[in-house]
Amino acid sequence: MPAASVTAGRLRASAGARRGTTRAALLPLGFVSSFLTVVVVLPIAALAWESKRQGADSFWRVVSGPEAVAALKLTLGAALVVSVLNAVLGTVTAWVLVRDAFRGQSLVNAVIDLPFALPTIVAGLTLIALYGPRSPVGIDIAFTRTAIVLALCFVTLPFVVRTVQPVMQELDAEMEEAARSLGASPLAVFRRIVFPNLLPGILSGVALALARAIGEIGAVVLISGNLPYRTEVSSVFVMNRIESGDAAGAAAVAVVLLCVSFALLLAIGGLRFLVTRHERV
Amino acid sequence: MSRLGLRLVALGYLALVLLAPLAMVFWRTFEHGLAPVWSSLSDPATVHAFKITLLLAAIAVPLNTIFGTVAGLAIVRGRFPGKGLLNAFIDLPLALSPVVVGLALYLLYGRSGWFGGWLTAHGYQVLFAWPAMALATVFVSVPFVAREVIPTLRELGEEQEQAARTLGASAWQTFRRITLPSIRWAVVYGVVLTTARCLGEYGAVAIVSGRIVGRSETVTLRVDASYQTFDPTGAYAVALVLAAIAVAVLVAMTLTKPKEQTA
Amino acid sequence: MTRRALVLLSVLALALSVVTGAAARTEGTTLNLVAYSTPKPVMAKLIDLWSKTRVGGGVPFTQSYGASGAQARAIVAGQPADLAFLSTGLDVDGLVDAGLISPRWEKAPYNGIAADSVVAFVVRGGNPKHIRTWSDLVRPGVQVVTPNPFSSGSAKWNILAAYGAQRKSGESDRQATVFVRQLFRHVVSQDSSGSNATNTFLAGKGDVLITYESEAYAALAAGKDIHLVIPKQTMLIELPMVPTKTAPAQARQFISFVQSAPAQTIFARNGYRPVDKAVLKKPALKKWRLTYTGGSRTIFKIADPIFGGWRKADRVWFDPSKGRMVAIEQQVGGPTGAGG
Repeated sequence: MPAASVTAGRLRASAGARRGTTRAALLPLGFVSSFLTVVVVLPIAALAWESKRQGADSFWRVVSGPEAVAALKLTLGAALVVSVLNAVLGTVTAWVLVRDAFRGQSLVNAVIDLPFALPTIVAGLTLIALYGPRSPVGIDIAFTRTAIVLALCFVTLPFVVRTVQPVMQELDAEMEEAARSLGASPLAVFRRIVFPNLLPGILSGVALALARAIGEIGAVVLISGNLPYRTEVSSVFVMNRIESGDAAGAAAVAVVLLCVSFALLLAIGGLRFLVTRHERV
Repeated sequence: MSRLGLRLVALGYLALVLLAPLAMVFWRTFEHGLAPVWSSLSDPATVHAFKITLLLAAIAVPLNTIFGTVAGLAIVRGRFPGKGLLNAFIDLPLALSPVVVGLALYLLYGRSGWFGGWLTAHGYQVLFAWPAMALATVFVSVPFVAREVIPTLRELGEEQEQAARTLGASAWQTFRRITLPSIRWAVVYGVVLTTARCLGEYGAVAIVSGRIVGRSETVTLRVDASYQTFDPTGAYAVALVLAAIAVAVLVAMTLTKPKEQTA
Repeated sequence: MTRRALVLLSVLALALSVVTGAAARTEGTTLNLVAYSTPKPVMAKLIDLWSKTRVGGGVPFTQSYGASGAQARAIVAGQPADLAFLSTGLDVDGLVDAGLISPRWEKAPYNGIAADSVVAFVVRGGNPKHIRTWSDLVRPGVQVVTPNPFSSGSAKWNILAAYGAQRKSGESDRQATVFVRQLFRHVVSQDSSGSNATNTFLAGKGDVLITYESEAYAALAAGKDIHLVIPKQTMLIELPMVPTKTAPAQARQFISFVQSAPAQTIFARNGYRPVDKAVLKKPALKKWRLTYTGGSRTIFKIADPIFGGWRKADRVWFDPSKGRMVAIEQQVGGPTGAGG
């Protein structure tokens, strides 16, 4: 991801441009770092500090406790399932929005961003109403692990769709038509031409979806039932820790969650880097 | 897979996960007619909550727009160590659950927090006042503009900017006349998403606002308050207004956007 | 062009917020009430009545409602508060530990309590499963809704009531603890707060909700199709209203007012049990008197020796690492426990 631009930049930059960039870059870079520090880095640092406040033993005791571990397994498992679902269905949706043409398509396109617009508690409320004990469509999966996956699908739905759409739009349809006219089956066309080009976009979307799914609380807390060891996700566990006065324990688990997200983001970034190797000279 | 098959799969998925809940919100809001909806929306506390929410958005959106654009440029065009780290830090607010954000702000600005003591001694009220609410809102909406700007910048390439530089344009001129217009729609889209996120923020603001009725309640806190006092219609009404604002802007944008632009 | 507009907008926004912030600083005394979530409607009535009295007129209020524990934590973190109206004495003790409230708060009139309630069952209209006693909760097929004890004060009352009811029926400490574990095998949802649990139940989940009697009356008043059952042995929920150390004199005056007959009558009419029992003798409150005092019931308090007060009970049951509920949650939900 970043290294790709570095190499490309180095190859294409002229000496004058490079000089101009470095000097002019100081002010914006300074703004970016101070803004990020005050807004993002400081709070995270405070969390890290709090998690260590009662010592390393206390940290590990909370984090490796059976309830915390159960919550983490559930969170990561659900996030993974949701990411796979998003990767597949999000790509299909992007395809339908870019390559297909039907009435109301623009409206459907706009509605994709609804999860960003709707407050997560409202999302939780409507999901219970729709797919809970009083479901008008007869589906009752509330207070189960399926409900967690459903709620997470709702809040992460836009991510893959929106990262794949621009790529698909830029994709040259002529390449696919040429391959088709040479006798390649649609599946082969997809596998060899379309998919490799979409993969970086899919990976970016999956990374965002994963990060979001790991930290989500608003939509999940109402519909999951929060039964410890069964339907309690890590974010709810952290909240319970805060509520019972154990700020250090809460911070410890929160830091672990952050590290997991961070590692996943970096890993997927690295994967994206590997996959776009063919784009770099 | 046939074209129709793919369309059915996509629309079916969207209907199940997205459209049905949206329809539900509409139904629940107007289940008992317009009167209860109007009375809950015209409640002075609700009106004030809208003002507070819009104010917070007015602070967070410009800040994050500037930050997102500059940071996006730095990540795609810049050359400096730690870019991957910067990128990951920008995405982190997505991963942090809002309750934890609230806790972090307590740890920083609370009575016994890192800065709390100094701030109170000098008469600055951060927590349980608009500064903390603004910090929380800014935090949760950091990623959106950057996330839109970065892929667009990547797709666009540097040629035009290189050309401008060799012709003698300064960095600022290049930015204003070449870069900015070409990422305009990405920025606008990011602004819409950021605004929607600010309007919908609940968890972090709930913890640091003090929930003072008529003074520090946001719209989402009103939704929660209505729900707690067994007024689901009131809750849905307010939520619907929030969603309607955001969806209306999205729809308007989609319909007025030139066809060649990316989403 | 756009950038300039953005800068202007942000400056305007900042200016606006400074102005509104400044305007919020009122002249004279304002009483800041920080309360738990459910008494909002009844407090509105009380404040309205108080503003019509001689001492109360012209003293404006700010009101904040939220989960009791969260509100207590906010006060500790610096939220301005003159009156704390919380749902457990435990939360008040937290404020004492932070040095914000006098350790002698229980020496105030009525032990610092503004009103009472009891732990009660809420069932579906008509009580289709005939739930009347604590033992009915552990019948096969009965699903129970109660909040998570580590985040909700309401849940703590519920668990202590379940335990206490067994002890008052003659069970030993061990047997009563086993009952609580049995109860939790029937719990199908553990929301983070009492209000969320109520809403989960109203959304259709579970057969019985364990909650405050006052909460049940609020739901009934909102027209919900539910039925209230008060078990024969249950726990008295004492709701403390205390002034902070920095509160003005008007705070104590308000509390005295809240404990006086007119205010206690309002409490009684809104589903809360008055601490001033004399008001129940009024003919207008006859219906409520029968509700609150009818039936031969054993009602025990947190001060009872089986609990030994809030601090001890909290340590024994709800300590995040060693409390009994930690083991129970694991036994009920963990890999070795039944459920899924």
